[in-house]
Amino acid sequence: MAKTDSTASPQTREPRQDEEDDGTAGAPLSTAPTEEGGQAMPGSFGGVRAPGFLGALAWTAREAIGWVRWFWRQLTSMRVALILLFLLSLATIPGSLVPQTSVDAVKAQGWKDQHKTLAPIYDKLGLFHVYSSVWFSAIYILLFVSLIGCIVPRTWQFVGQLRSRPPGAPRHLTRMPAHATWHTDAEPEQVLAAAAKVLRARRFRTEARSEAVAAEKGYLREAGNLLFHISLIVLLVAFASGQLWKSEGGKLIVEGDGFSNTLTQYDDFKSGSLFDPEDLAPFGFRLDGFTGTYERTGPQKGTPREYAAHVTYWDGSDGAEHKTDIKVNEPLETAGSKVYLIGHGYSPIVTVRDGKGDIAYRGAVGALPLDSNVTETTVLKVPDYRDKNGNKDQLGFKGFFVPTLDLRTGTMFSQFPGLDNPVLVLTAYHGSLGIDSGMPQNVYQLDLSKMKQFKDKDGSAFKSMLKAGDTMTLPDGAGTLKFEGIKNWATFQVSHQPGNETALAGAAAALLGLAGSLFIQRRRIWVRAVEGEDGRTVVELAGLGRSESARLPEELADIAVALQDAAPLVTPADPAEPSEGARA
Amino acid sequence: MNLAAATNENLAHISNVLVYSAMAVYTLAFLAHITEWVFGSRSAVGRTAAAITTQPAAVTVTARAESAKGGGTAVLERPKVITRAAPGSRDVPDGPGAAGGSEKGDLYGRIAVSLTVLAFALHAGGVLTRALSVQRAPWGNMYEFSTTFAMVAVGVYLGLLVAKKNIRWLGLPLVTTVLLDLGLAVSVLYTASDQLVPALHSYWLWIHVSCAIFCGAAMYVAAVSTLFFLFRDRYEARLEAGESDAGRSTFARAMDNALSRLPSAATLDKFGYRINATVFPLWTFTIIAGSIWAEAAWGRYWGWDPKEVWSFITWVAYACFLHARATAGWKGRKAAYLALLAFSCYLFNYYGVNLLLNGKHSYAGV
Ligand code: HEM
Repeated sequence: MAKTDSTASPQTREPRQDEEDDGTAGAPLSTAPTEEGGQAMPGSFGGVRAPGFLGALAWTAREAIGWVRWFWRQLTSMRVALILLFLLSLATIPGSLVPQTSVDAVKAQGWKDQHKTLAPIYDKLGLFHVYSSVWFSAIYILLFVSLIGCIVPRTWQFVGQLRSRPPGAPRHLTRMPAHATWHTDAEPEQVLAAAAKVLRARRFRTEARSEAVAAEKGYLREAGNLLFHISLIVLLVAFASGQLWKSEGGKLIVEGDGFSNTLTQYDDFKSGSLFDPEDLAPFGFRLDGFTGTYERTGPQKGTPREYAAHVTYWDGSDGAEHKTDIKVNEPLETAGSKVYLIGHGYSPIVTVRDGKGDIAYRGAVGALPLDSNVTETTVLKVPDYRDKNGNKDQLGFKGFFVPTLDLRTGTMFSQFPGLDNPVLVLTAYHGSLGIDSGMPQNVYQLDLSKMKQFKDKDGSAFKSMLKAGDTMTLPDGAGTLKFEGIKNWATFQVSHQPGNETALAGAAAALLGLAGSLFIQRRRIWVRAVEGEDGRTVVELAGLGRSESARLPEELADIAVALQDAAPLVTPADPAEPSEGARA
Repeated sequence: MNLAAATNENLAHISNVLVYSAMAVYTLAFLAHITEWVFGSRSAVGRTAAAITTQPAAVTVTARAESAKGGGTAVLERPKVITRAAPGSRDVPDGPGAAGGSEKGDLYGRIAVSLTVLAFALHAGGVLTRALSVQRAPWGNMYEFSTTFAMVAVGVYLGLLVAKKNIRWLGLPLVTTVLLDLGLAVSVLYTASDQLVPALHSYWLWIHVSCAIFCGAAMYVAAVSTLFFLFRDRYEARLEAGESDAGRSTFARAMDNALSRLPSAATLDKFGYRINATVFPLWTFTIIAGSIWAEAAWGRYWGWDPKEVWSFITWVAYACFLHARATAGWKGRKAAYLALLAFSCYLFNYYGVNLLLNGKHSYAGV
C-alpha cells in the first residue's frame, strides 16, 4: 500500500521541502494499512521488573500483554493475511487428490484397502477428511480472525474519512500523476466557482478553498471493499451452520410404495453434529411411477436422456396431497427439505409358493445395478417357508436381472438400460438364511454358509431364465417362483440444510462489494486558478487516484473541456512560455 | 425423427469441416505473424528500438480524440493532459510492435489479423453448427469445451483490437496456442455430437459454463501478457544496468530484438492486471452460479468435489494476486508469478481434474 500512496510524491529522486505537502494530498485515499515496516519487535515488553512477587506479576502481565499485542498485530497484518490466503489454497489441494470420506466413502475405503502402508499415515494426517481436519480448520480460522481484526479498524477509519473534507491542493500540481494547465482571460474567482460547479455536477465531494478547489469521489470503493470482506464472514458462518445442523438421508422406493420422513424409514442417514432427529420435518411421498428414456442410436447409445419420478406428496401441516415430478435438476421442495432423485433401477416382482402351494412371499426382489445398462444382481430371501412335507425351512434366490438381454453378443450383461428384452436369471438355495442370529444383514447379499443349492436331476446346479409371466418350478416339489412383472425403483436423497439463503445472500453481497471495490476508483481532483505573471489567469488542474487508474487522465480532460465555457483557453502571446501543457 | 437425425448428422459434419478449415486459416495467420516478426527484426526501427528504450520518457501526453460538446462558434483548442509514470516504475515507452516499424512487416501483420478474423468466423460457424446439431449449448464435453474456449479467446483478442488496444503483439502466441488447443481437441478429445446426460439439463449450464469459458479465455490473455511482462521486465532491467550484448548468443540477441518491440513492462503488467481484476468478479459469479446449480442437481451447494476444490483454489489464488497488488506492495515480478500460478490452477482444473481426478463433474465421454 505504501507504494500506491507514494504516487503522491512522485519524484523521490529530487526531494523538496514541500514534499510532505504532496504527501497529505494522497495519504488517506484508502483504508488499507500502510506497509508494515517499523513493526513492534518481539522481545521483552515489560520494562523494569520491580522486586518481589507483585513486581514479578506485573512484569509477567505486561510481558504477556505485549506478546499478545505483537501476535495480534502480526496476525492482522496484510503480509500474514496474504500468507494465510496462500496457505489456504495449498491446503485445499490434498482433498482433491486423496478420496474424501465425506464425498465418496466407498471410494475412500477402496483407496485405503489398496494402500495398506500409506493409509494409516494419511489417516493420522486427516487426509481422508481434509476439510474438517485440524490443520485446515486452523488455517481458515486464523484467516478469519485476521479478517475481523482487519475489518474493524478499517471500518472506523472509513467512517472518519466519510466525515472529513477533501484535503487542500498540493503546492505543485504538476507533480501529480495527471495534470493540465492553460491560460485564460476569465477571473480566478469565476474559474474556481465554475470548477466547483462542474465538479459538484459530477458528484464529487467538493471543497472550495481560497486559491483552489479540492474534490474527491469514489468513496463507494471502500464501502464495497468492506462489504466484500464482511460478506466473506457471513458466507463462512452460513456454511458452518449448514454443516452443523444439516441432515441427509437416502431411501430406495419401489413404484407404488411410499416414504414418510422419520429416522427409521431411511436406508442410510447422515447429520451434522448439532442435528436433532426431532427436527425432521413431517412430510411424505409416494412413488407413483417412473419414466426413463435413453439414447437409442449413435455412439452414446444407452446414455440416459430423461429421468422423471412421478410422485404424490403431502406435508404435515395440512396433509393435502399434491402430485409432481422429481427430475435430476428439479428436486421436490417441501416442509423445508428437498428431495432429490439420485438413482434408478428395476425390481422384478415375484410370487413364491411353498411346498404346500401357499404363498410364502409376494413382492419385489432386491436388485442392485452393476453397470450403466442396469444389469442387476438380485437377491431374494424367503424366511417363512415350508417344504412339501410342511417342515419349516428357508429359501434364498440369487441371480441377475437383465433389462435387455441379447444372446447374440455372447454375454449375459444387459445391452441397453431400457426394458427391451427383460429376463430374470435365478438359482435357488434352501437352509438357514442366518437372519435369526439377530445380526443386521445386507439385503443384497445372501449368506450361503448354511444353505444348500437345489440341484437338477443330473446333479448340476439348478437355475432358470425367466421372462415376465414365466414360472420356475423348484426340483422335488419344493415350490414355485412366478416372475409376475417388473417395477421401477428410484433412490432419493432427502436433505435439509439450513443456512442456504444466508449463504446466497452473502455470496450476492460479496459479488456486489467486489464489483464496487474493483470497478470504482477513488480519486481526487484539484483546480487552482491564480493570476499569472502576464496578468492572465493560469488554470491548473490535477488528479490523483490509486495507481491503477487509467481513466483519471480522461476524466481530467473531460473536466478541462467542461471548464472551457467559463475559462476559455487563450494561447499565450509569448511563445517561449515554458508551460508544458498549454501548447494545444 | 430419422430425418431430423440425418440433418443433425449433416450439421455435425459441417461443423467438423468448418473447424478444420478454421485450423487451416489459423495456420496461415500463424505464418503471416511469423513473417511480420521476421521483417520487424530486420527493420531499422527494430534494430534501434533497443537504443530508444533506454531513454526515459519524462512525460507521455494523452489527448482525448472526442471533440468538445456544445458546439460554439469557434472551434476551441483543447488543453492537453499530461500524465506521469508511477514512481518506481521505469519510464520506458512501449516498443514499436511486432513489425518494428517495417512497412512490409506491418503489411503481414495486417494480413495475419485479417486471416485471424476469417478463421474466427469459420471457427464460430463450426461451434454454432455443432450447437445446432446437438440442439443445446455446445459445451457438453471436452471437445466442445476446447473448441468454444479457443473461439472465445480469439474473440476477446479481436474485441480488444476493435477497442483500439495496442495488442497485436498478442497475435502470434494466441494463434499458436489456439492451434495447439484445436489440434488436441480434434485428435485426442474428439467426441461425436450428441445430447446431454440429464444432470447437464439446466439453464444454469448456460450461465455457469459460458461464464467459466469467458473467464478462462480472458484470464488466458492476461496470463500471456503477464508472461511477456516477465521477459520484457528482465530485458529492461538488463538495459537499465547497461549490460552489453557482447558474449550473448545470436539466439539471445534475436530474443532481445523481439522483446524490444513489445510494449513496455509497465504496460504489459497493467494490461494483465486490469484484465484479471475485471474478470475476477465474473469468476466469483461463475462459482456462485455453479453452487446454485449444484444445490439443485446434487442437493448441496458445496461438497468439495475435485472440480469445486480447484475452482476454489483458482479463486483464492487470484484473490491472493489482487491482494498482493492492492495491499501488500508485492508488485512486479512476485505478483506476476502469483498471477501465472493462479492461471495454471485454472488450467489444471480443466485438463488435470477432467482427465486425472474424476468426481461428479464427469463429462459425457470426456
Ligand atoms: C478471507 C480471505 C480474503 C479474501 C478472499 C480477500 C480478497 C480480497 C480481494 C479480492 C480484494 C480486492 C483487491 C482490490 O481492491 O484490488 C481485497 C482487498 C483488500 N483486502 Fe482482502 N481478502 C481476504 C482477507 C483479508 C484479510 C485477512 C485482510 C486484512 C488483514 C484483508 C485486507 C484487505 C484490504 C485492506 C484490501 C483493500 C485494498 C485496497 O484498498 O485496495 N483481506 N481482498
